[in-house]
Amino acid sequence: MSIAALRRGAAPRERVPQDTSRLAPHELFGVAVQGLRTRRLRAALSALGIAIGIGAMVAVVGVSSSSQASLLATIDKLGTNLLTVTPGTQFLGSAEVLPDTALPMIGHMSAVENASAVYGVAGAIVLRTPYVPSEQTGGIGVDATDPQLLHTLGDTVSSGQFLDAASESLPTVVLGAQAASTLQITKATGHLQLFLGGTWFTVIGIMKPAILDPALDSQVFIGLPVAHRVFQTQPNPSTIYVRANVNQVNQVSGLLAPTADPQSPDGVTVSRPSDALEARAAAKGQFTTLLLGLGAVALLVGAIGIANIMVISVLERRGEIGLRRALGATRRHISTQFLAESALLAALGGVAGLIFGAIATWAYSLAQNQPMVIPLYVLIAAPVAGLAIGAIAGLYPATKAARLSPTEALRSS
Amino acid sequence: MSPGAAHNGVALELRGVSKDYGGDVHALRDVNVQIATGEQVAVVGASGSGKTTMLTVMGTLERPTSGEVRVAGRDVVKATDNELAGLRAHEIGFVFQGFHLQDGVSAVENVASGMLYTGMPVRERREAAREALERVGLGHRLEHRPQQLSGGERQRVAIARALAKRPFIILADEPTGNLDSKSGQEVLALLHQLASEGATLALITHDNEIAESFPRQIRMLDGEIVADERR
Repeated sequence: MSIAALRRGAAPRERVPQDTSRLAPHELFGVAVQGLRTRRLRAALSALGIAIGIGAMVAVVGVSSSSQASLLATIDKLGTNLLTVTPGTQFLGSAEVLPDTALPMIGHMSAVENASAVYGVAGAIVLRTPYVPSEQTGGIGVDATDPQLLHTLGDTVSSGQFLDAASESLPTVVLGAQAASTLQITKATGHLQLFLGGTWFTVIGIMKPAILDPALDSQVFIGLPVAHRVFQTQPNPSTIYVRANVNQVNQVSGLLAPTADPQSPDGVTVSRPSDALEARAAAKGQFTTLLLGLGAVALLVGAIGIANIMVISVLERRGEIGLRRALGATRRHISTQFLAESALLAALGGVAGLIFGAIATWAYSLAQNQPMVIPLYVLIAAPVAGLAIGAIAGLYPATKAARLSPTEALRSS
Repeated sequence: MSPGAAHNGVALELRGVSKDYGGDVHALRDVNVQIATGEQVAVVGASGSGKTTMLTVMGTLERPTSGEVRVAGRDVVKATDNELAGLRAHEIGFVFQGFHLQDGVSAVENVASGMLYTGMPVRERREAAREALERVGLGHRLEHRPQQLSGGERQRVAIARALAKRPFIILADEPTGNLDSKSGQEVLALLHQLASEGATLALITHDNEIAESFPRQIRMLDGEIVADERR
């Protein structure tokens, strides 16, 4: 009687432990490893199917998480508390106008940290020289603004400097990123001048891309006083940019329209540019689902490949199965052996797939110059998915192996 | 390992055993045999005489269609599949004509894996395997793989595998069938010698000369025992 049985309080009809057939889990693992090792090429090829499927899925998740993360990082950096106020379109399509009091009114709101406006400058065409035909504007528009704009947008200059209290009254101009590249200007040295609606303006700065409002990139900016002087620009803002207190964005958003134009708040449109970026991030997630479906198909094909190989393996190894039965293996030992082989095979495929997918994600992130992100759950899910798929694929062959007659070993010599 | 007292000196007993695989062919017909503990028996017959079926029934690999089979005191007909597997793991050692060794695995590992289902820890299995290989005269071939061994040596590895767990019964199916006569003689002598150290041996052969070396010979024809001679 075994010690374990004594502890349990010996059952009346105790079975002698020596007479039972047993196979410890670690022995089973050894048997499975050996089974695969003796057929290495075949094991590698059938694991490859799973590796490709899992690799594709890991890469899809990795690449989309990485670009999502980089978008969200951008949003975080720029803040979700930027709001824009623009005149809406009236009935019958005639444009509304924001009153000239809109900016100071908004600026006085307690939860507003910062507010800046841009004013459309009509009749100003941007040219490198007076000799360029005036039709060739390159789609560049001119806006007047205040020195606070750069700060409100959370943007910076890539070269030179932005308008300040002195330069806003002088014929100086700052270029949006896209406008600068259209004009083929890469540096603001202070020596270069542009011909703006009949007056020479000195280029004092070039902005970095304004991610929250890309429309600004194709504009050039001059100070409001000089705009008023040279082009008779009206002090009605075309867009007001508002930085709200992070915790009160929604309240501010609701109050902006009546504050900007108390007479007709319906003619004011308030929007939040970061919403568009967040929508883009969400859209990337949607696309991922589709690609994951394709990865799942690859995985299914891999699983069928494994099932196929295991069925063939069972037929080929009838002799081994018979021998094991003769050596005392139960039917269950035989089926778990084949199940373990198949699960191990697919789990190895899953690990290989994880490595492939991670490399693909890394290469993509490197090329896109964005941080590499692989969600933590993927690290666990990939091998576990392989294991589960292998176990399912191995179910039929394992049952088949267990049902084989043990006398095969004696016959197939 | 310990046969126990249950079998009263009888290792194998077949009473009124018949086996058919469907159809008119009867592989065994009303076979009655009793083999005592420690006996060495040759089962002789032409191919198709039912001798291999008798071995598979004795080895609990197959159940009879009718009749009673007792192996080491255990009722084979009533026992569950798992109980029979346990019996084979501990009490029965098989030696096959085709050796059935695992390629690419050393002699020691082959012999040790013969005890895989006994639940013995791997260290003990390897130790027993080494010992068994030394007993069959292969102490210098422990790490050789089957491909590196001659036919006679391979069969000796297979015998070591059957013996290492010190079974109560050794069942051999034409163990010299794939060997030249010299290695065949050596293997046969080895089986006799090792079995005499404490096991019951039943050997199947179609070769009368081999059968002559056994103290008891059971002759079979068309699934029936036609002679049971002792010398």
